[in-house]
Parts: sequence; C-alpha cells; structure tokens
Amino acid sequence: MTAPSSQLPATHSSGIAFILKKAFISACVALILFSLMIGIRTLPNESGQLTYVTRFPQLAAMVAIVFGGSIVVELLRLWWGPVDTARVIPPSIQSALDFGGRLIAPALLIFALLVPVIFYQQRYILDLAILVLTYVMLGWGLNVVVGLAGLLDLGYVAFYAVGAYSYALLATNFGLGFWECLPLAGLLAACWGVMLGFPVLRLRGDYLAIVTLAFGEIIRLVIVNWQDLTGGPNGISGIPRPTFFGIPLVPGDNGFAAKLGIPFSPTHRIVFLFYLILALALLTNWVTIRLRRLPIGRAWEALREDEVACRALGINITTTKLSAFAIGAMFGGFAGAFFATRQGFISPESFTFQESALVLAIVVLGGMGSQLGVALSAFAMIGGFELFRGFDQYRMLVFGIAMVLLMVWRPRGLIGHRAPTVFLEHNRAIAADLVKEGRG
Amino acid sequence: MDYFAQQLINGLVLGSIYGLIAIGYTMVYGIVGMINFAHGDIFMIGGFIALITFLILVSMGLTAVPLILLVVLLVSMAVTAVYGWAVELIAYRPLRQSFRLAPMLSAIGMSFVLSNFSQVTQGAQVKPIPPLITGGHTLHESAGFAVRLSNVQIVVVVTTVVLLAIFTWLVSRTRLGRDMRACEQDQTMAALLGVDVNRTISMTFVIGAALAAVAGIMYLLYYGLVDFYMGFVAGIKAFTAAVLGGIGSLPGAMLGGLAIGLIETFWSAYFSIEYKDVAAFSILIVVLIFMPTGLLGRPEVEKV
Repeated sequence: MTAPSSQLPATHSSGIAFILKKAFISACVALILFSLMIGIRTLPNESGQLTYVTRFPQLAAMVAIVFGGSIVVELLRLWWGPVDTARVIPPSIQSALDFGGRLIAPALLIFALLVPVIFYQQRYILDLAILVLTYVMLGWGLNVVVGLAGLLDLGYVAFYAVGAYSYALLATNFGLGFWECLPLAGLLAACWGVMLGFPVLRLRGDYLAIVTLAFGEIIRLVIVNWQDLTGGPNGISGIPRPTFFGIPLVPGDNGFAAKLGIPFSPTHRIVFLFYLILALALLTNWVTIRLRRLPIGRAWEALREDEVACRALGINITTTKLSAFAIGAMFGGFAGAFFATRQGFISPESFTFQESALVLAIVVLGGMGSQLGVALSAFAMIGGFELFRGFDQYRMLVFGIAMVLLMVWRPRGLIGHRAPTVFLEHNRAIAADLVKEGRG
Repeated sequence: MDYFAQQLINGLVLGSIYGLIAIGYTMVYGIVGMINFAHGDIFMIGGFIALITFLILVSMGLTAVPLILLVVLLVSMAVTAVYGWAVELIAYRPLRQSFRLAPMLSAIGMSFVLSNFSQVTQGAQVKPIPPLITGGHTLHESAGFAVRLSNVQIVVVVTTVVLLAIFTWLVSRTRLGRDMRACEQDQTMAALLGVDVNRTISMTFVIGAALAAVAGIMYLLYYGLVDFYMGFVAGIKAFTAAVLGGIGSLPGAMLGGLAIGLIETFWSAYFSIEYKDVAAFSILIVVLIFMPTGLLGRPEVEKV
C-alpha cells in the first residue's frame, strides 16, 4: 500500500500531511481487505454447521498496524532518499570490502569444517547445520540449471525426490548400502533430468516454467498414488543409516566406535552425516567451478546470455541444455539420497512445490550464479525459517512476506554481482543487470 | 453414450471455472509479461469472501436465493478486486523494470502469504456450506442411467458465458480495453500517446481478480466447500489451461480451461481418478512438444 511516490513534497510540513494522508488511505484499504477475512472467523458449531464469530479487536489492531507501518515506511523512504541515486563508496573502502570479500569464502570453509568440533555438545545446532548444508547443496545444484544455463526450473524438487526414493527403494528392497546407492541415485536423477529436458528443448521462458512445475507435480502425484511401490502418502520408513564406508555407526563390537576403541556416542553419526553432506556440497561446488572453465560451462553461460547467438556460433543447443538439466538433476539426486539416509523416513510431503520455491528463492537471492551468494542465502533463509519454529502456524506466512520484501528490496539478490568466468585484461565484476536470466 | 454425455456436461462446468481463472493469468501475462503465481490464491480468497458474506447474509435472515447470490457476487468481486489491486501495488509494481525472475519469485512469495493468511485467519479446516441451489433436470433417461443437468451447473455455465460476453465487450469496445491492448503491444509507446500505464495495469489485475472471485463463488456453489489450500491446485490447473491455450491469448485461455476440465473429467470417468492431474499435466507437456506456443498462441518472433 505504498505506491512509489514520485510527487514527494519538498517542504517538511507538507511532507507530514502527505505521509498522514497516505497512511490513512493505506489503513482504509487494509480495512476493506481485512474486514471480512480477519473481522469474521468462520467456525463449525456443534452440529457441524458453519457459523461465525466476530473479531473486531484484532481487525482494529491490524488496521492500526498498517497505519503505523505505512508512516514508518514513508519516513524511512524520506530518510533514505530516492532509491535510484547510486550510493558512492570511496575507492579505499571499496577495495577493503573486496579484500574482505575474498576472505569470506575460505573463512566460511574453515568455520564449516570446525562446526562439529565447536558445537559437539549441541545436537540441535549440528542438525540445523546439516539442514543448511543440504539446502546449500540443492541451491548449488539448481544454480547449474538456473544460474549458469539460464533455464528456469520450477520442479527441481522432483530430482530430490527421485534421489531420495531411489535410495530408499534400493536399500529397503535389495539391501544395497548407501555408498552403492549414492551414484545410482545420482544417475537415475540425471536420467530423469534428461527426460524432462527433451520436451522442453524448444520451449522458452514461461512455457519452460510451467512444464518444469508440471513435471515436479507429476513426480509427486505418482509417488502419492503408486502405493504398491512407494507406500503412497505413508512413505517409506526403516531406511538404512549410512555406514562409514562399510563400518556401521552403531554400538556393539563391529561398530565404528568399537573398532576405534573409543566409547560409543550417538553424536558420532551426526558428525559423520555433517561431514558427508559437507563433502557432497563441496563436490557440487568444485564440479560447478571446474565445469565453468570447460567448454560445456562456457556454452551454458553463452546459452543464458543469448540462445540465438549461441546457435549462430555453432553451439549444440540440445546437448548444452540436456547436460545442464542432467548435471543439475544429478546433484539433486545426491542430495535426495542423503536426505533419505539422514531422515530414515521419507514421504511425499517432503517434496512439495514449496521446496522447489524455497530452493529457487535461495538461488535468486544468492545472486544467480554466485556460489558464495547461494551458500550465504541458504544460511540466511534456512536459519531465518528456523527462528520461527515455535510459531508453526505463522512460519510460512512470515516466509512469504520475507520473500516479497526481499525481492522488492534487493531484486538482484543479496549478493548482486559475481566475478566473471572469463575476462579480457580487466577483471570487472558483472552486474546482475547484464544477465538475462530465466530464458530458456 | 449417456455416460459420455453426462461426463461432457461435468467437464464443461469444471472447464468454465478453470477458464475464468485462466483469463486472469493470461491477461496479466499479456500486459506485464509475468506469471502471477498468486492468482490461484486470489481465487481462493474470492471463495472465502463469498463464504463469509453468505454466512452473514443467512444469519441476517435473508432467504431469497437470487438476492443472496447477487449480493455475494458483488461483495466478493469487489473485495477480491481490492486484493488483486493491493497485490500488484505491493509485490509487482516495484519490480516492473526488474529482470523477469524477480516478480515471479515475489509472486510465489505472495501466493504463500495469501494462502497462509487465510489459514491463519480462518483455520485449516475445510469449510462446507449447505447447497444453495438445488434441483435439476433429467435430459435423457435410458437403461437406468439418467443424464442430469443440475441447476448449479446451469448457473455456473450461464454466469461464465455472461461474464465472458461482458469481458469481451470490455476488451474490444471500451477505452479501457483499448488502453489494455495498447499496453500489451508497447508500454512505452502507449505511455507516450497518453495512456496511463500504471492505471491500466492496475485495472488488469482488478478485472482478473474479479473474474477469479466469480470462479471462487462458482467453485463454492458447485462443490459446496472452500479451504485455504484450494488456490494452489486450481491455480496450477488454470495456469496450465492458459499455457495450453497459448498464454496471452484470451480465447485461448477459455479454450484451454475447457480442454483441461474435459481431460480431467473424462480421465476420471474412464481411467483412474487418482491420476487425473497427472493426465492433465502430461497432455500439457505433449501439446507443448508439438505446439511450443500452445493451441492459439502466436509464435514469438525473435529479433537479434
């Protein structure tokens, strides 16, 4: 309810009148919006018939919040000045920032390696760190498809699901171990990536978006309905835990702890899982960085910039697109297999569109193509999400609001630029504005 | 044959509801070039507003069904239109000049906001109402199977046709429609020629939301319930319909809506009800392989 104010008055006194007027209008709109949805609460009565109760105090409170919030936003806007003015940063500070920026990645890596040492006693933090790293890995995997190849994928969670279910089914039906299944899960997910890739070869932009979304939904619906194989909505339980290259992490004589001659602790498994996902995520990162220097990676980035020019230069669009889908999907599959072994139980509920949207939000907020940015935004998103664990009902609401506000505030992502893969003489940062993302 | 006719009727009714939502998607896409992911949830909000208005009217002692319907229709369309307007103003307008993923993510966020807003304010349970329009006609009866056309179905189809007529007139004959078509072709040029682009885009969202509200009311009348999650499923179906018909094309949206409604109904009737959504999505993918711009979409000419 805060329209862009091109007619901001110059003098301060009329500014106050203007702000109050605007806040008043916002409050009126809020009254219309909320009067029925908040002011009235529908409830079934004893006989199951729907009746309603009124909640006018809450309605009044919400309208007051909108009124106050609108004033605060307008004051902030006044204080911050016009949005378009470039904030001039002195070169010395800029170079210091650049220097700091170069140090962030190694510092984070060292910190990540030390997390189990520092937080060995805090199980909760270790679990959260594993969750964050899972999303970092998913973000890096999707980054190959969206950030590098510029193919908008709204159904990435499908590959996560394929990976998780292939490990779960192979392990529970054929007794295969985690380490045999991990490559298989990646391979299967990559095959599905190619299968998705074929129909979308000719599609562009939003057609691509809907087909990938539909694909994700098809996979989920098949998992829900194919009860004989997947257990339907009940999911699969009793998925084997990972072993330390064949040595199970269990108490007992042939367990990991006994072999090392140290007392058993359940935390060993958590620490092992932590290093496992860290290794998988770093593998994703390493492969992506290497691929960007290979011809195929260059072809992806060229494809993202301009498909027609790409074709004119003789780049094979088919293999370029399919390989991007396949490699992105493969990492999704790895992450899925890890997810299955960590949880020990999977059900279709973990693979809804919300997950796809969350991973896509991580990639976009991370600045599309920036590896560090994706890691930081995964940390911020999942950490932020976790803060609202206590308010379960409001969690998704707050997440949605945060997504809208972040997009409005920083449409280019939290880290708005990244270093170019190839450069001529000068290493200039690529502003994200130069990148035409999301075109198939 | 009778069974087929019955499914045809059911499919057309369902298709009308999808078509009404799909128009909102395709209209916004045509003008702003973005997928309004929150549109399905606008439809859901429309259903909720209609439900609440209905409950208030009934508790006030109103019993005349046509009057109730009219008031519910007007209130729901008006309030939902304000929702559409506010969503555009808050989440999309600041991002209009931005790259194309930004408004889409903002729209996905808005969709979460709307569906969870109604979950928080109205609860997660399914909200049933007693059937408002009862009765129907038996069109044909043989061998123990009767082809029935219920009054609700008539109301849904007639309302859809009337609204489409009004809407077509609005787009093709009025000043607003001309402005909308101008903005669709070239926003800068339209602005130079004195079209208020911001206002036109706002009006597009308002009209789309009002049509979605009507679809919400039709859904409420036809199925007799609303819940906070229905926007997502109906939203993707309607979006699928819009893409199937060729996004940006208004007749295409209606055609796609009918096609999706028929596919779903026939698939449930002849094959399996569990896989009806899979069927709808698979046919979308197959159609797009052979016609990458949908049934009635114009091929995008790429200039280098």
